[in-house]
Amino acid sequence: MSANPKIKIQNLAKSFAGKPVLKDINLEVNEQESLVIIGTSGCGKSVTLKCLLGLIQPDSGSILINGVETVGQSRANREQMLNDFGMTFQFGALFDSLPIWENITFRLRQNTKMNKQKARDIAADIVGQLGLRAHVIDQYPAELSGGMQKRVALARAIADKPQILLFDEPTSGLDPITGGVIDNLITDSVKRLGATAVTISHDMASVRRIADKVAMIDKGHVIWSGPVSEMDKTGIAEVDQFVHGKPDGPLTRAINQDALDAS
Amino acid sequence: MIIRFLQQTGRAAFDFLASLGRIAFFTASAIRWTITPPYYGRQLLRQVIDIGYYSLPVVGLTTLFSGMVLALQSYTGFARFSAEDTVATVVVLSVTRELGPVLAGLMVAGRIGASMAAEIGTMRVTDQIDALDTLSTRPMQYLVAPRLLAGTICLPFLVLIGDIIGVFGGYIVGVYRLGFNASLYLSRTLEFLEVSDVMLGLIKASVFGFLIALMGCYHGYHSGRGAEGVGLATTNAVVSSSIFILIANYLVTALFFGV
Repeated sequence: MSANPKIKIQNLAKSFAGKPVLKDINLEVNEQESLVIIGTSGCGKSVTLKCLLGLIQPDSGSILINGVETVGQSRANREQMLNDFGMTFQFGALFDSLPIWENITFRLRQNTKMNKQKARDIAADIVGQLGLRAHVIDQYPAELSGGMQKRVALARAIADKPQILLFDEPTSGLDPITGGVIDNLITDSVKRLGATAVTISHDMASVRRIADKVAMIDKGHVIWSGPVSEMDKTGIAEVDQFVHGKPDGPLTRAINQDALDAS
Repeated sequence: MIIRFLQQTGRAAFDFLASLGRIAFFTASAIRWTITPPYYGRQLLRQVIDIGYYSLPVVGLTTLFSGMVLALQSYTGFARFSAEDTVATVVVLSVTRELGPVLAGLMVAGRIGASMAAEIGTMRVTDQIDALDTLSTRPMQYLVAPRLLAGTICLPFLVLIGDIIGVFGGYIVGVYRLGFNASLYLSRTLEFLEVSDVMLGLIKASVFGFLIALMGCYHGYHSGRGAEGVGLATTNAVVSSSIFILIANYLVTALFFGV
């Protein structure tokens, strides 16, 4: 473990309506490292990411960004911190009412009052880097395919060169080829910016392409974390089942039990 | 059986009070962020056009036919004690003080309240509101404040135009159907009309505009997940803003009673 990790999460806990989702999450991500968080649906991956961004306040625990505590910080400090973050949401979360160029340069224009022409030039440049034609910037999100929306979401996340990039299931709903292209774009963008990345994914092919380090969450705990190269030989039944997509195993029994409890 | 009834009643009362508390908190927060910079001029302009301009046809048609019906109905009633010549006065006072603002408010609640709740609700369920937050933009300032301001500003203008159209509707029926002399009808219309009558209607309109936008934003902002959640938010926005309009109508009327 590094002495000064970029992101350090300690003993994070969060419950919803009395039901604990995160019980004791501990994670560290070093500068310019790419961490991928894996786990079954509902295990708390997205909640962890939202706690990291301050969208959800944890019940207890600590989140240090560059050594600074972010849990319970003021709104003004949080806004300052968020300027260092870029985030892509699972379904893009592009603003329907704005054309692509305004989506991409949204924060740049909020922070710098940049003029329209300069913003359009920047948007055209970024979409070009991500393999889209320049005319796309005048279209609206609803006019784009799922893969193109993911690229635009990535463009918006990297537009003002953040230090930390967060990706929530960046390849979900995409065909394997488009998913692979998105993975390459993510890897290139993270390297080019020298950023630290945290990604949530169920797609193991994607995990192998973009991760330096992998952490698996189960029942509100991190049950394993380590280099991606060691993911296949952890000796932990849950990790083995998830990584190799086996239908039978301890995770299936837990999922079935949850379904029974819910019904 | 009795205990269950008491439990359900208590729970319903508790939920109702909790909802009022949430609405009060949301209102205070919305007002705070409406008066705090930065201001989003383009968003405000968009809402002004949407509320003020695109609601004109529906408000115009509603007040036109209401004014026409009012002239016919008041003539029927007043003819029974030979007071037909008060029809013009009754039409103008009813339209400016009551019908104009209430009908315009209810129509705009259906059109704009629903649209705001659906738009903001969809943004909630598709993570666009979280995305705004992560892009260092306060959703209350970017989404709610311009809508509140536009609703409060636009409704009085809509009602003023609606008043004129409603009175014109009464004039058409009075002159062409009931056989009033045109200049006499007009002079009767203006004879007893006071500035305070129009102002009362405009004050009501401003309050209604605020309530419509507030309810649209509140229900959209707290929309549940999925299409069902957005649908429910839309329904709740229209129902609650309509109810609040009727309650506020009485309160404002009572406040200015005798003025």
